[in-house]
Amino acid sequence: MSETPQAATALESSLGSTTVGGGAESASPSPAGIVGRPPRARASWRERLEITMLSGPAIVVFVAFVILPVFAAVYYGFYRWKGYGPPTDFIGLHNYKVILTDPEFHRAVLHNFEIAGLSLLIQGPLAILLALLLNREMRGRSIIRVLVFVPWVVSEVIAGTGLGLMLPVNGAINGLLTKMHIFGHVHVQWLGSHLGLWTLMAILTWKYLGFAVILLMAGLQNIPEELYEAASIDGASYWQMQRSITLPLLGPTIRIWAFLSIIGALQLFDLPWIVWGEFNVDRDGVSTMATYMAHYGPRTGLYGYGNAVAVVLFIISLIVALFYQRFVLRRDISGSVTDGGKR
Amino acid sequence: MTTASLESAPKPSRARRASGRPPKKKLPWGSPAVYFIALIVIALTLAPVAYIVLGGFRDNSQLTVDPAGLPSPWRVSNYGHVLTSSTFWREFANSVIVGGVTTLLVIALGVSASFVVARYKFRGRGLMFGLFAAGLMFPITVAITPLFIILDKLSLTDSLLGVILPQVAFGLPTTIIILVPFLQAIPDEIEEAAAVDGCSRLGFFFRMVLPLSLPGVLTTGILTFVASWNSYLLPLFVLSKTSSFTLPLGIQQFHSQYASDTAAVLAFTSLSMIPALVFFTAFERRIVGGLQGAVKG
Repeated sequence: MSETPQAATALESSLGSTTVGGGAESASPSPAGIVGRPPRARASWRERLEITMLSGPAIVVFVAFVILPVFAAVYYGFYRWKGYGPPTDFIGLHNYKVILTDPEFHRAVLHNFEIAGLSLLIQGPLAILLALLLNREMRGRSIIRVLVFVPWVVSEVIAGTGLGLMLPVNGAINGLLTKMHIFGHVHVQWLGSHLGLWTLMAILTWKYLGFAVILLMAGLQNIPEELYEAASIDGASYWQMQRSITLPLLGPTIRIWAFLSIIGALQLFDLPWIVWGEFNVDRDGVSTMATYMAHYGPRTGLYGYGNAVAVVLFIISLIVALFYQRFVLRRDISGSVTDGGKR
Repeated sequence: MTTASLESAPKPSRARRASGRPPKKKLPWGSPAVYFIALIVIALTLAPVAYIVLGGFRDNSQLTVDPAGLPSPWRVSNYGHVLTSSTFWREFANSVIVGGVTTLLVIALGVSASFVVARYKFRGRGLMFGLFAAGLMFPITVAITPLFIILDKLSLTDSLLGVILPQVAFGLPTTIIILVPFLQAIPDEIEEAAAVDGCSRLGFFFRMVLPLSLPGVLTTGILTFVASWNSYLLPLFVLSKTSSFTLPLGIQQFHSQYASDTAAVLAFTSLSMIPALVFFTAFERRIVGGLQGAVKG
């Protein structure tokens, strides 16, 4: 998830602006997002040279380290392979059969989807309220903003290490609760299998709420000031305005955040891995597809198997992404196209 | 959307000015309820960070007896030890190198590729943009296992370059998608005027495009640096020699090596979060501004 902020913003705009992002069905040659500028004369050799020089390095690096590995994963996934020598032991779909019948993997997938759903339900409302609060013009706003974003900037390893030390039974959280003298002597098993998933949800909310807020705040800036002025002339109250102006106009941003949040939840790795540790995630009910992949991949010498898990993880994410694009984001895209035409 | 994204791109700067807040004017105080909520939120967000930073000023017996207490007395020896250890500084240097080189390369490759997509007209331009946009569907988590094999074949494991190059590759889609609208928003007239004055396409690129797209470049640069500074999964797979560890791996290593010395672990951890925090805090405003073009539905 450490890559989230970046990938996030980008995805969002790509999804907002093109259907190319998910390799969607509309494979028209001219992608949206690029506007036809008046064509120049046919590309001269000089221009072609410039194009090659300018975009060549980026394309080479990108293909070598992003596109190629994905194809490599598909290839290696058909082999039983220990990672040295060329893979020779072709076993067809055997790896996939093992993955799809492994109860440990089933649990991981279930956790991924639980995390995705709960993240939306918990973080969504909180993020909207917080973004509204931080968008008010009041003294001290900038310092509050900076402080709210701190968890998002702190790395997963740092957060995980700190929280891993705070959450054990004799850790600081229980210590603090005991000190409050409300609940008596507290020894809650925050990391145990009963509360594990909820603790993880609390951690994820703490860590990624700032990102949702920053995105929504950027979206709020795009809502024309005049709408609020008109509404207040008509005597609308603050909350009425938020309900009838802000929320509908923030819709596209919210839906894009939701998309990023879902994909992030499906790819979740760092925090469960660091807070609970490689060998506890499954027992404590916080394993994910990615922790499963890391555990049964190169670290245990099962290169072929690890690659097959990567392919499954990718396909599941892709299906979810395409589904979401098809049924949720599509209206944003078509809406904004017509909207852009009207203006 | 096509036109919308084009129109929205230059907005960040305009919007701020147009929203008509004279910068010197003092903002009004909010209602006490709002500050109260803000205070609770901040307390919750900062508590774990405070635990780490304050814990570094305690010693292990303090931490065991009263895990949620304040330092008494305050001890600076943990921080002293970390700051004088060569391990910390070596890992710090590795992180700086990886973060710095990644950021520079992402910007260099990203701006030039975005320039091509935004301002050259040629067949395959849409394909190129589509290729990079599709890259967003391949997060590093999915690609890590095969990526490791490829890096191994190139003998790039255990070298910082083995972390840098994939990070650049995975950083490019974001960068290009944020920058293309910025570059498209530069009016054609400027380019034509530059051409009349005898400026070549490339001259236009270096003299006009780079300065004009600076807000977008800054945003992507900061996001890239912070992501690189915090990155864990990739270094975890690629780097196995302790001499090439970056700080996140260093924290993990230090934690397992001195598991009983919690105070030292906390001091180490809190020192390693400073650069990303400083960086982000300094540029927080710009990030919100730079994202605006991208968020536009």
